[in-house]
Amino acid sequence: MSEAKEVIKEKSMLIQKEMLAKLFRELSTAKESGKKVVYTFVPGNLTELILSFDMLPVYPEINALQSGMRKKSAAYIRDAEKIGFSEDVCTYVKCDIGMMLNGNSGPTGEKLPAPDLLLLSYTGCYTFMKWFENLERLYPGVPVAMLHTPYQEDGKITADQIAYMVKQMKEDVIPKMEKVSGKKFDLPRLSKMMENSAKSEDLLVKILESAKNKPSPIDAYFAGVYYIGPLFTAFRGTQEAVDYYNELYKEVQERIRLGLGPVTPEGELKEERFRLVVEGPPNWTNFREFWKIFYDMGAVIVASSYTKVGGVYDLGFRHNPKEPLESLARYCMGCYTNMNLPQRVQLLEKYVREYKADGFLINSIKSCNSFSAGQLMIMRELEQRCGVPVGFIESDLVDPRYFSYANIKNRLESYFQMLEQRKIILERESQPAQ
Amino acid sequence: MNSLEKLIEECSKQAFDLNFTHAKKWKSGDKTRALVGYLPIYFPREIAHAMNALSVGIMGAGDRKQIIRGDAYYQSYICHLPRGVIEMALDGSLDEFDGFVFPAICDCVRNLSGMYKLAGKGKFQRYFDYPQNFDAAIGGVFYRQELEKIIDDISAVNGMKLSIENLNHSIKLFNKNRELIEKIYDIRQEYPWRLSALETYYIVRAGMVITVEEHNKILEDVISCLSADRGEPMDNIRVVISGSFCEQPPAGLIKSIEMAGCYIVDDDFLLGSRWIQGSVAGNSNNPLGELVSAYLNKSTFSSAVYDVGNPKGKRLVELAKKRKADGVIFSAASFCDPALLDRPEMQKECDAAGIPHINFQYHENTGQFKVIKEQAGTFSDSIKLWA
Ligand code: SF4
Ligand code: SF4
Repeated sequence: MSEAKEVIKEKSMLIQKEMLAKLFRELSTAKESGKKVVYTFVPGNLTELILSFDMLPVYPEINALQSGMRKKSAAYIRDAEKIGFSEDVCTYVKCDIGMMLNGNSGPTGEKLPAPDLLLLSYTGCYTFMKWFENLERLYPGVPVAMLHTPYQEDGKITADQIAYMVKQMKEDVIPKMEKVSGKKFDLPRLSKMMENSAKSEDLLVKILESAKNKPSPIDAYFAGVYYIGPLFTAFRGTQEAVDYYNELYKEVQERIRLGLGPVTPEGELKEERFRLVVEGPPNWTNFREFWKIFYDMGAVIVASSYTKVGGVYDLGFRHNPKEPLESLARYCMGCYTNMNLPQRVQLLEKYVREYKADGFLINSIKSCNSFSAGQLMIMRELEQRCGVPVGFIESDLVDPRYFSYANIKNRLESYFQMLEQRKIILERESQPAQ
Repeated sequence: MNSLEKLIEECSKQAFDLNFTHAKKWKSGDKTRALVGYLPIYFPREIAHAMNALSVGIMGAGDRKQIIRGDAYYQSYICHLPRGVIEMALDGSLDEFDGFVFPAICDCVRNLSGMYKLAGKGKFQRYFDYPQNFDAAIGGVFYRQELEKIIDDISAVNGMKLSIENLNHSIKLFNKNRELIEKIYDIRQEYPWRLSALETYYIVRAGMVITVEEHNKILEDVISCLSADRGEPMDNIRVVISGSFCEQPPAGLIKSIEMAGCYIVDDDFLLGSRWIQGSVAGNSNNPLGELVSAYLNKSTFSSAVYDVGNPKGKRLVELAKKRKADGVIFSAASFCDPALLDRPEMQKECDAAGIPHINFQYHENTGQFKVIKEQAGTFSDSIKLWA
């Protein structure tokens, strides 16, 4: 039985590895093969649209996080600071700019091609705009398409907002894509891709919701960003993505059937002691160490907000082949960081309840105002509404100067102690009186 | 007419009254009046005015209020302004306000709008999205819808309807307001010693908490006082300040720069009051459309506006040239992503144009100005030396 389980796991992992390697190979030879390259962001990405023009997407945040994991970000950030970027600003931007200053080598070490189009999907983060204004000056002459995504300030997406976005796509984004790619916009092709997107989205939701099981077969934060989510952004809309998520889903189902916990870098988690909901991005520079603090204590993240920056599919949204552009607009506006604070609180509350979490934890990121501003209020609200212990730690995405292992470990250990005590009390209370 | 000293004193009192006594008193004069608080940078106050509402600029607590509860809402690596704004919400300073407008300038202000929603502060808490598309048929339509939401919000508070006539009247008053403020800047361009930058700051900032009619009167009085000479010309350099458009520098900082030998001949301290460059058509059948078109075509440059096609670095250089500035001081609030992320490119443009520059960061409640004064002094000396 365990052999079969290994085979399934290896298969999905192998598929993922091969898909990513192929993408980076294609990127490294894009100039020779004539493929056009689009730089764009993860939240509110227009992956299907880009792929429908046979162009290749590059996501600067992914490059930055990969640089963090490969311990290159510290030097990149320093180089960006040397040319005038303040210590105070988002380190993703500085890491990306530093990477460019250092020859633009991507995660696999292969040189990334310069962009043919800068597609600024301005969704859920103000800094994106600044980032692209800087990129535009680093790549003079490269066309820039701006897609302004209105914020869900009222907690809903309106017809007017959708019309505004669709107009921007029709009048600005698509014509620029046509010009850069030399291809005509192909609506039926885009619709077809969206059929695949919706299939992958169904599977992704099932995988993420598998964490409602006890024990959870997945870690919806660390594994969520490590191997469940990454393929989604760059490949959504393709048959390969559907195949990958099918494999992964099979593997997860098998784990549920066997009553197994999540896979960690050191093998399977033997005992699930705490179930947590986490708000905020992870730290990338010390990702393994950070994760280890959790799995060593038997803590499993059953739901997280960070895995929703690329789309909150568990609230029901699916790309719609019948209304491709409208659904792209809805998709952009629906991303987690584009939701207003009351919506964010509501979603996190739902997670705590539906995933039967023992606690709620915030990893507050120094770099990221989009996530961090307001988190302390989110924490208070969650504490009041759910009555679970709340925890708060601080780190940064890719700046190792702001990851203090000892400090985070201490805080988490105290937090886990608090969770443990609460468990004991709750167990005592649930026992019938003598 | 009041003496200039008296006018300045009155303005400095109004500008820093964080209880907004004057505005509240104005509201109590009539049941259909409403108070709308707005955050930096720009909000077209004309629409509120035309609906019998007073828009009041909430520019943070500066160094004038002790932050007791606000700090518990923000991590150390978030700028200072929102702490004061939350503090004011919690300590009752804003209780008579009917609603709040949070312009789309950054994620801190954006999320603050949600915090006000969660706290149930005011009858409305409106995040006011600026379009980043400047085509009248796309961004223009969107902007108009954004304005209409605020019009509906105010209407729900006081029952007033927006009329063409009223809006045209308000547009004219605010045209006059901007014109008078620019006039003061123009006078200071020639005679910077007649009115210090700090005095100018008080005068402009007072306009954010009183009615436009009252402010126009003050500005007119100030201008007539400025026709006579006041003070002595000094051997100062002329600088433009850039990056202080949201969290405001403490008065002590502005003063320190001046005392270090710099005439501040232009700045972006209270940019919202000077946002539209020139006038908005004031006799139109479609005055709301005129406000939209002014936003799309006559906005000043700012970190809050997407600038591809009209880069702000170039526009800063133009401004420095227009004001015959010897240098630029980049002065931004700590942890202010919009200002700080713009800085390297703007500095590059200054370098290309041969305009010397320095930069520093501050908090609105910074109490120590020694280093900044020294830095500005050295800057001034070096420019004089090489002039
Ligand atoms: S501020 Fe946050 S969301 Fe925005 S680019 Fe930086 S890390 Fe990403
Ligand atoms: S100071 Fe900067 S970061 Fe802070 S609220 Fe203002 S614009 Fe936003």
